[in-house]
Amino acid sequence: MVETPPRLRFTDVRKRFGGVVALDGVSFEVCPGVVHAIVGENGAGKSTLMNILGGSLRPDGGQLHLDGQVLEPRSARQAQQLGIAVVHQELSIAPDLSVAENVFLGRWPHRRGSGLVQKRALESAAQALLARLRTPLSPGVRAGELNVANQQMIEIARALSMDARVLVLDEPSAVLTPIEVERLFAIVRELTARGVSVLYISHRLEEVFELAQAVTVLRDGKHVSTRSITDTDRETLIREAVGRSVATHRPAARTPGDIALRVESLSAPGRFADVSFEVRRGEVLCLAGLVGSGRSSVARAVFGALPGVRGLVQVGPMHGPFRSPRDAQRAGVAFIPEDRKGEGVLLERSVRENLLLAHRHAATHRGLVRQRHEREVARELLREHAIRAASSEVAAATLSGGNQQKVLLARWLMRDYPVCIFDEPTRGVDVGAKAEIHAMIDAIAARGGAVVVVSSELPEVLALGDRIAVMRRGRLVATLSNMERSVTQEEVMRLAVGGVEAMP
Amino acid sequence: MKRSVWRTVLSARMPIILVVLVICATALTEGRFARTDNIVNVLGQVSFQGTIAFGMTAVIVTGGIDLSVGSLVALTGVVAALVMQALSGAIAPWLAITLGVLAAMVSGGAVGATSGAVVARLSIPPFIVTLAAMLMARGAAFILCNGQPIYELPAELRTLGRGFILEPWFGRVLPVPVLMMLATYALCALMLSRTVLGKEIIAVGSNEKAAWLAGVPVRRTKLFVYVLTGVLAGLVGAVHDGKLMAGDPKVGEMWELHVIAAVVVGGTSLFGGRGSMTGTLVGVLIIGVLNNSMNLMQVEWFWQNVVLGGVILGAALADAGLRRLHGARQ
Repeated sequence: MVETPPRLRFTDVRKRFGGVVALDGVSFEVCPGVVHAIVGENGAGKSTLMNILGGSLRPDGGQLHLDGQVLEPRSARQAQQLGIAVVHQELSIAPDLSVAENVFLGRWPHRRGSGLVQKRALESAAQALLARLRTPLSPGVRAGELNVANQQMIEIARALSMDARVLVLDEPSAVLTPIEVERLFAIVRELTARGVSVLYISHRLEEVFELAQAVTVLRDGKHVSTRSITDTDRETLIREAVGRSVATHRPAARTPGDIALRVESLSAPGRFADVSFEVRRGEVLCLAGLVGSGRSSVARAVFGALPGVRGLVQVGPMHGPFRSPRDAQRAGVAFIPEDRKGEGVLLERSVRENLLLAHRHAATHRGLVRQRHEREVARELLREHAIRAASSEVAAATLSGGNQQKVLLARWLMRDYPVCIFDEPTRGVDVGAKAEIHAMIDAIAARGGAVVVVSSELPEVLALGDRIAVMRRGRLVATLSNMERSVTQEEVMRLAVGGVEAMP
Repeated sequence: MKRSVWRTVLSARMPIILVVLVICATALTEGRFARTDNIVNVLGQVSFQGTIAFGMTAVIVTGGIDLSVGSLVALTGVVAALVMQALSGAIAPWLAITLGVLAAMVSGGAVGATSGAVVARLSIPPFIVTLAAMLMARGAAFILCNGQPIYELPAELRTLGRGFILEPWFGRVLPVPVLMMLATYALCALMLSRTVLGKEIIAVGSNEKAAWLAGVPVRRTKLFVYVLTGVLAGLVGAVHDGKLMAGDPKVGEMWELHVIAAVVVGGTSLFGGRGSMTGTLVGVLIIGVLNNSMNLMQVEWFWQNVVLGGVILGAALADAGLRRLHGARQ
C-alpha cells in the first residue's frame, strides 16, 4: 500500500455553515480501483464531503489530494475536468433532451463557427459509451421517457465520457428494483476493474458488504473509522455510525383483532386490478413487490389519492373508495406518501406548521388559532417522538431526512387513526432513525391500529410485516403469513418477480 | 455575525425603507410632504388599490395570480352605478347606495368564483384564466353601459368616495376609502395569520400536494382567495364611483400590475407559501409615498415609472438575497 499513492486523500477537511460544524477535521484515503463505501447517519457530513470533492462547496480548512496532486476544484465543472464525477440522488437529467444529448450535457460536439451541434458524432460517441456499460439504450430517445434506473445509467455514462478517476454514487439504489441494483453492481465492479475508484454512499448495509472493499464511517462531521470490509461487521458499523448500539428489530408477539380495513376487488385502470386484502386491528401488513408493480398505487387508492378507482374500501362503518384524502381521513385513515420532499413536508414552513397540518383545528379557540397553544402542542410532539429540531419554529428544510420523516409520522399520530398507511416510511433514512420509525409503527399496532407498510426493502418487509402481500404487475399474487418472522427474502422475491422473469 | 446582521436588515427591510423614504421625502420637499393634508392625500390615493392588494396577497400566497382586478373595478363600478341609477328616486338614497354596493360586491365575487373554480377544478394556470377574465370583464363593463359613463347617481354617494369619518369632530383626517383599506387590512391580517383558513392558504402555496394529502381542502381554499379578491374589487368599484361621481368603464386600467407590484414590494413571494398582509400594507405605502413625493417634486411621470420599476426590481432582488441566506445550508 505504501508504494502507490492513494487515489484520493482527505486531510483534516473542515467545513462550517454558520454555527453548525458539518465537517470537523476529516482525514482518510481511498485506494485506486476499489469501491469505498461511506456510511453515516443523515447529517453526519457525507453530502458535505462529497460536495467539496465535487467542487460545489469550498472547504474552510484541510486539503484534498488526487493521485498525489493537490485538488482544489473551484466549480463542479472544474472537478469534472479533473476526473471527479458525482451522481447525486436527485438525478440531473434534462427530460426533453435525448439520451445522447444528456450524456454530453453542455459538452456537445459542435462546429466552431456556427455552433451547430454535430448530431451524428454525438450519437455515435454516446452509443460507444452505452455499449461499454452494456446498456441497451438508444441514444436518440428522449431521456424523460426512461425510468429512473436508465436515467441513472445516463449519468454514469456521462461520468465515463469525462474519463472519471473517481465516481461518487450517492444513494444510487434507493430508487432501483433489486434486478436493477444487480445490474448497477455489475457495472460498478467493471468500472473498478478498469481502475476507477467508486465512492459509494448508502444506508443499506447489505449493499455495503456485498459491493465495497473498504468502508469509512462518519458521525457528526467527524471521521470515526476507515477499514477494510473484511475487518468489520454489521453491528460494528451500526455502532460506529450511530454512536450507540441499536437493538435489532424484534416486536413483541401481537394478536390481531377485528378487521379494520377491508379492500375488495379494487382496480385502477392501467395501474392495478382486482386487489383484495384485509388488515386487522393490531396487525402490520407489508405490501411488497418490485417498483412499478402497483404497491404505491394501491396505497394511494385506499387513501382516496388516486382518481378513477373502482371496487370496495371499507374502514369500520365507512365505505369507499374515498374520493379525496379528506374523506379518507374522516373515515379514519392516515397516510404518509413515499416522496417526502415533494408530497410530504412543507420545506419552507416551520416544524410546528408541518406537525399540525393534518389537524389544523387542534389549537383553535372560537375560530382563531392560539399560537402559544400551537407551540406547546408542537413541542410536546417533538419531545414525544424524539424528533431532533432546533425548535418548533425552524423551517422543516433544516431537519435531516430521518427527522422530517418522523415529523410526518407525528403529524398523524396526534390522533389514533384506526388505519395507517405508510409508503416507504424509511426511504433514505439513516439506521438510527429507521429503528425509531419501526418502533413508532410497532406502537401503532400495539395500541390496536391496523398498519399497511409499502416497502422496497426486503429486510424491512420481513422484519415489520405480520403478513406480507406480494404484488406483481398490478396484481396481488399472494399473501404470506409472517407471524413467526419465518418468511425468507427468496420466497418474496420469487413471487414478486414471477416464474418467467426470474430467468437471468 | 455579518450574516446575521444582513438577515435582520433584509427581514425588516421594507418598514426600514418606508421610514427612510418618508424622511427623504420630507427633506426633499422642504416639509411639504409631512403636512397633515398631504399625508391624508397619500393615504386617499393608495386606498383603492390598497384594499384590493390584500385579496391579491391571499391569491399570491396560494401560488396564484389575479390579473382581472382592474377590469373588475370597472365592471362592478358600472354595475353599482346601474343599480343606483335604476333605484334612485324610487327608494331612499342610502338604501339605493347600499344595494348598489352589494350588487358590485356580489358581481365581483361571482367573477372571482368563476375564475377560482376554473383554476381549482381544471388546473388551468391562473395567469391564463384571469387574463381571460380581465378581457371579458372589461368588455362587459363597456357593454353594460353602452360605452358611456353613468353620471345619474345619488348625491349622497359622494360621501362614500370623498367623505371623511367623523368630520364634525376630527375634521378632514380620515377619508372613508382609507377606513375601507384599514378595515380590510385588519380582517385579512387576522384571517391569514390567525385562522385555519389562513394556514390552509399558506399550506396550499407552500406545497399543494402535501397539503392535499394532509386533508387540506385545496380546491375550496383556492376558490376562496379568488372570491375574496373579486368581492374586494367590487367594494372598491362601488366606492370609486363615489370618488368620480360616475360609473366609468375605463377606470382601473393597469391597476392589476400596480396591485401586484405593491404585494411583491411588501415581501410576498410570487412562488407562493410566503407573505403577509402587514408586508402588503407597507408595500402599498411605499409606492404611495414614492408617487406622492415625486409629484411634489414635480418629477415627470415617465421618470416616475422608471423609479417605480427600479423599486420593484430591488424588492425582487432583496427577496432573492433572503432566499439565498436561508438556503445557505443546502
